[in-house]
Amino acid sequence: MVRAPATLGSMLRGLERALARGQFAQDLPYRFRDEFCQGYCVEFKDYYKVMGVARDATEAQIKQAYRKLARKYHPDVSKEKDAEERFKDLGEAYEVLRNPEKRAAYDNLGKGHRPGEDFRPPPNWDAGFEWSGADGGQGRADGVGSAGAGGHSDFFDSLFGGAARGRRRARGAQRGEDHHAKVLLDLAASLQGGSRSFTLRVPELDAEGRLQLKERTLAIQIPKGILAGQHIRLAGQGAPADGSDEAGKPGDLYIEVDFAPDPLYSPEGRDLYLSLPVTPWEAALGTQVKTPTPSGVVDLKIPAGSHAGSKLRLKGRGIPATPPGDLYVTLEIALPPANDDKARAAYLALASAVPFNPRAHLGV
Amino acid sequence: MSLSAIPHFFADIVEEEHELTIRDLCRICTTEREHIVGLVEEGIIEATRDASGEWHFRGDSLRRARLALRLQRDLELNLAGVALAVELLEEREQLRRALRARGA
Repeated sequence: MVRAPATLGSMLRGLERALARGQFAQDLPYRFRDEFCQGYCVEFKDYYKVMGVARDATEAQIKQAYRKLARKYHPDVSKEKDAEERFKDLGEAYEVLRNPEKRAAYDNLGKGHRPGEDFRPPPNWDAGFEWSGADGGQGRADGVGSAGAGGHSDFFDSLFGGAARGRRRARGAQRGEDHHAKVLLDLAASLQGGSRSFTLRVPELDAEGRLQLKERTLAIQIPKGILAGQHIRLAGQGAPADGSDEAGKPGDLYIEVDFAPDPLYSPEGRDLYLSLPVTPWEAALGTQVKTPTPSGVVDLKIPAGSHAGSKLRLKGRGIPATPPGDLYVTLEIALPPANDDKARAAYLALASAVPFNPRAHLGV
Repeated sequence: MSLSAIPHFFADIVEEEHELTIRDLCRICTTEREHIVGLVEEGIIEATRDASGEWHFRGDSLRRARLALRLQRDLELNLAGVALAVELLEEREQLRRALRARGA
């Protein structure tokens, strides 16, 4: 389990691979670090710090800390950007600290290491510890969760890599496991259909039974009208069938779709919402204005007496699902600035012509 | 990697193309039958019974079932807690979208 030392070539290859993934620009630093360090160094992780407990914390304290932080950082619950990463660290920390054998081994190892430090497990670091069963703890971090989630950190794998893998071979299934991934899609892909390519990281066992993250890029013809929360299925793209049974079929790959924020439209199921600014006189007097819709610019009739928040429905101009959704246009009143004499005069003329107290209902 | 080297796939939308049996759900969610039964009994997902008594699920049960199973496993919740969490998460998502639609 000794890792190869860094070479200039492997560093450059890591850099190239990281840069080649332009579509992940927002998390490039993290992915780069990941890539850069793969194969020759791992970061020492302070599991006690991750869980916010003292080194002499009791089992009950560890469990309590885990539950509290898990609720806070669970990727289904939390909207924080690094929730997924933190939850993964947390699951990993809990997996070690809840298990007396792993905790003892980790404590022994942790002496003299600071978090973030480069770390290589000393040879035979785990000698003298007895491991119960193939899997010392139960796998928490979901190896095939959302795209890019991956299993454990390199640090964890360098320690418990061989021991924690039993569960992946649990059932003697005749067909391969289904895999799951989650992707962020631009709204236009659903509105117009079209091909998009995604890079997924797939955990795979290498010849020594160690979990490796393998990347694969695939292009998918997005079905027009797909909605957030729906899944697309790629038959046969899950895990291969168990080697022992040639007749078994490979599993399927299920991809859950969510939309990246769109500058114009907010999707709500199959309907779309658009905020459309109008002037006070357009809203008060009624008129026709141009508005964007997914299928092109249209003339929209603004009824006289409209106000901020008035909702106008354009039937069938939402997401082209079956049946198609609608486009709701919510009016916003935009005030022209009173930044010259003419504009100020016009506001004053309106004020003197129209006695209007918008605060009458407040009793003032 | 050149563009032509990327494998290209045509895909179906699971929710629209498929009605799922309990066996399908168990397989896709990698779980046991009893867990799916628990979700139905708690009202987290809905099933219809055909003439032979076999359960059928609408495609959109998949997302809810997976969310519920993740919450149950990761947060060590009981089923009533999962049901409440799923409902509140969906309500929160709706409110967030409504806020976004108002330009907030």
